[in-house]
Amino acid sequence: MTTPKIQLIGVKKRFGSKVVLDGVDLTVEPRSSLVIIGGSGTGKSVTIKSILGIIRPDEGTILVDGEDITHINGAARDRVMKKFGMLFQGGALFDSLPVWENVAFGLIQGRGMARAKARDIAIEKLAKVGLTQDVAFLSPSELSGGMQKRVGLARAIAADPEIIFFDEPTTGLDPIMADIINDLIVSTVKDVGATALSITHDMTSARKISDKIAMLYGGKIIWQGPTSGIDHSGNPYVDQFIHGKAEGPIKMAVKA
Amino acid sequence: MNIFARIGRAVMTVLAHIGALALFTGKALAGIVSPPIYFRLILIQMMRIGYYSLPVVGLTAFFMGGVLALQIYLGGNRFGAEAIVPQVVVLGITRELGPVIAGLMIAGRVAAAIAAEIGTMKVTEQIDALTTLATNPIKYLVAPRIVAAVVSMPILTLIGDSIGVMGGYVVSVYSLDFNGSAYLKNTWDFAHNDDITSGLIKAAVFGFIVALMGCYNGFNSKGGAQGVGNATTYAVVSSSILILAADYVLTALLFHK
Repeated sequence: MTTPKIQLIGVKKRFGSKVVLDGVDLTVEPRSSLVIIGGSGTGKSVTIKSILGIIRPDEGTILVDGEDITHINGAARDRVMKKFGMLFQGGALFDSLPVWENVAFGLIQGRGMARAKARDIAIEKLAKVGLTQDVAFLSPSELSGGMQKRVGLARAIAADPEIIFFDEPTTGLDPIMADIINDLIVSTVKDVGATALSITHDMTSARKISDKIAMLYGGKIIWQGPTSGIDHSGNPYVDQFIHGKAEGPIKMAVKA
Repeated sequence: MNIFARIGRAVMTVLAHIGALALFTGKALAGIVSPPIYFRLILIQMMRIGYYSLPVVGLTAFFMGGVLALQIYLGGNRFGAEAIVPQVVVLGITRELGPVIAGLMIAGRVAAAIAAEIGTMKVTEQIDALTTLATNPIKYLVAPRIVAAVVSMPILTLIGDSIGVMGGYVVSVYSLDFNGSAYLKNTWDFAHNDDITSGLIKAAVFGFIVALMGCYNGFNSKGGAQGVGNATTYAVVSSSILILAADYVLTALLFHK
């Protein structure tokens, strides 16, 4: 059996008295695409941020390529971070920098590449997500939401990462643009030969970009399986979620 | 609620803030001395913190010097000591008002701008994005601002000192009938190097406080627009209070003979 690319074992995280993750176990195989689905506030973002080291879990272990990265810092953390690329929900583009410098940021700051060379790579990556060279010199605030997502995607793949994270990649986009972004995600992930871990509550997107789906509910993974099996999961929680029904075992907390 | 629980909670909150600030300061200092050092960003911040603050610091220093001359003249007049204006103006400006006025102006202009910028970066996940691009946000955002503020503030203060003395000169000569060359000679003869350097040391410390409080409050802003607004307010209020408190401590230390 091959070493899993990412493995979470009994990951727990609480904020104050609110338990967000209550023992998450999850395995992502190399070059596969796993999508975590779940309602708002079920800890999908916390799961990704725990792997990225932005949030430190209270308990449990996180392995990347078999290496325990739960508590590493400094240079060791930097080395692992270079395996990662991330597309943020809101794009999270640096508004003080032009588009090309956003895309080239990891190359220039993280890897110390010369600016001219990094700019050429940035323009090449922008072309991969369907953006022309003149966009490269605009400011992120001059772009539409869909274009910002594309720039975010170009930035995520700029340094040819081994693992790419997608945080709600289609949220806030119209259905056509959402489908374009889904196609781009599928083609770029394949192109780079990366492993993908995404979170979303958009089932159209989840079906399109994933090989496997896992559902997070109550701080635990309650179901996982191949994407083709999602309609026959036999799990009432999954059925309620993918059909978007208000009636069912999942009770949404209306009041926070 | 139980009164003891209330007091206890307030004390715990204050201690938690002091602890968090101390940790943040430690990380910031470590970020300043360890590579990579972003010289380009330090220069950009020196432009924004130092150069663009020149007009506001210069204007306030001018009026401060002028009003100081007027007050000392009117006060000294009561016991026939109005000739002491140039000496007291230069002493007051270089030791106290130069660094403090520059510090408070920078607190309003720079601490607010830093907190708003970093706070917005925080709530739009740009700081998380830095981390995912293998860049330490403390080194990239905090260290250059602190270095730039600590370097810029003494220079700003030196310029402010000169303009403040000039403000006193203008009021004394054109409104209070002082002899211009005698005024300048008295100023020059009376001021010691210690008076000026003590003010510049204060200025560097005030620069540190302003950049640190701007960054700390920006990094700890929560929620959306309101959170960033609160962070900006806290940054200005806390750096202003800390500047005046540090001023007293530094004066006691520097002039304790």
